[in-house]
Amino acid sequence: MKISTFFYTLRQGIINVFRNKWFTLASLATISACLFIFGLAYSLLVNFQHMIKTAEEGVSITVFYDEGLPQEEIDLIGAQIGARTEVSRVVFVSADEAWAEFSAELGEAAEGITENPLVNSANHEIYLSDVSAQTQLVKYIEQIEGVRKVNQSEFTANLFTGVNSLVTYVSIGMIAILLSVSVFLISNTVTIGISVRKEEITVMKYIGATDFFVRAPFVFEGIIIGLIGSALPLVLLYYIYEVALKFLADKFAFLSNLLVTLPVWDVFTVLIPVSLAIGVGIGFFGSFFTVRKHLKV
Amino acid sequence: MAKDTKKKRKVKANSNVEKYAICLENINKSYEDGVPALTDVNLKITPGEFVFIAGETGSGKSTLIKLLLREIKADSGNINVCGYDLMRIKRRNVPKFRRNLGVVFQNFRLLKERNVYDNVAFAQRIIQKSEREIRKNVPSILSAVGLAGKYKAKPKQLSGGEQQRVALARALVNKPSILLADEPTGNLDPKNTTEIMHLLEKINENGTTVVVVTHNREIVNLMQRRVITLRKGVIVSDEEKGGYIDED
Repeated sequence: MKISTFFYTLRQGIINVFRNKWFTLASLATISACLFIFGLAYSLLVNFQHMIKTAEEGVSITVFYDEGLPQEEIDLIGAQIGARTEVSRVVFVSADEAWAEFSAELGEAAEGITENPLVNSANHEIYLSDVSAQTQLVKYIEQIEGVRKVNQSEFTANLFTGVNSLVTYVSIGMIAILLSVSVFLISNTVTIGISVRKEEITVMKYIGATDFFVRAPFVFEGIIIGLIGSALPLVLLYYIYEVALKFLADKFAFLSNLLVTLPVWDVFTVLIPVSLAIGVGIGFFGSFFTVRKHLKV
Repeated sequence: MAKDTKKKRKVKANSNVEKYAICLENINKSYEDGVPALTDVNLKITPGEFVFIAGETGSGKSTLIKLLLREIKADSGNINVCGYDLMRIKRRNVPKFRRNLGVVFQNFRLLKERNVYDNVAFAQRIIQKSEREIRKNVPSILSAVGLAGKYKAKPKQLSGGEQQRVALARALVNKPSILLADEPTGNLDPKNTTEIMHLLEKINENGTTVVVVTHNREIVNLMQRRVITLRKGVIVSDEEKGGYIDED
């Protein structure tokens, strides 16, 4: 293929975008609407997952040690636990710190107690990166020599594991349905748009145009529409996301521990390339396969 | 030795066929419902001839055109156009084959959104001519068909006769060896019909084989050229300087 032919077909693709205004608008609207819903669903889901993850990270196991166990051994056990992959953080709480915290909770009731009643309560708080591994980790810790007791909240761990799995499955399901609907709607729009130009394709073929020559302008047109159609909802979503973050921060500040949202760019560094790839992909494959039907002349 | 003889025979057979611009041998073609469209058609047209293929609606003319363009394939027989064996040609070679043909249709089939110049230049772009050559060839062919001054006009701004001239210019700009005209005067008034037929004669005088498919009695009788008459998919007459044969 000559370079001039490449640029000619590219130019024809660009001209087609403006020449077939209604087709372009219909395709743009369809792609934009589908990718807007996709982007919105994605933003909500990743934020929801992030909130669950943050809450999960607050779930800890408390490890108590045998009476009189030297501090060095306690430190060693703490380091041993901290080295495991499912553990995100290990915090040592000395007997004095434990009493200070507890006496603060007791308030006036703690007044007059001079000796630390929690003298054997030095412990490690273990925070998990994956709460579903809690039961397994507890079993492991209980086997370690020197460990007296392990406190855990099985109910909380199971609840988070369940919600997390549910959110993951719902996310995958929703995104799959949205993408299928998008592909269906967009291929329908492209089919209608190209059917109108069936005559043009037939004439090209009669004159001796190769399949490439006929197809290339349509494919370029599809890619351009796909690119614009995916960029528009991204811009819109970006502003909506920023406004939503500001609104949550202003109006729901009291829920800031629960509504832990992701910063804009944490969401959009994934959403931008994925949306553009979907838009361009749909534009490319939609026009490629739809034109193919009309090439048998 | 035997293999060599076989090879020579094949080449000889091919060269025999290739001396014709169009050669159909025992061609049979049925519609999808099994009704015969063409039955045992034998037809030979030599380079430089001017031939009418005449017949009423449903006589098989359109099927014949589609076969010659390799839009469809015959059920049986041999068909050779411009040296291409259309029974064995690969799909990817069909565009290259079609560049040897110029085609003109009854409804002109111009690209509505493009002006006269672009409609003609389009045919040159398909065969990857440079812009320089296109700028030289297109005005020249538009001038030959009498449309030099209308290169900027869109098809809808032209009369039927002018649109057919654009179609002719598009068909001829790549210098095809055969011009296939499918009812070229079907949508034209008598004055434009005569003008288009004169243009076709002129094209033929320049060496292009011209095949005109028509059921226009007047032009067939007026031109006094070779006339092949089809009736219900069968060639019923093939006459030099013939006339239009009515069904009854």
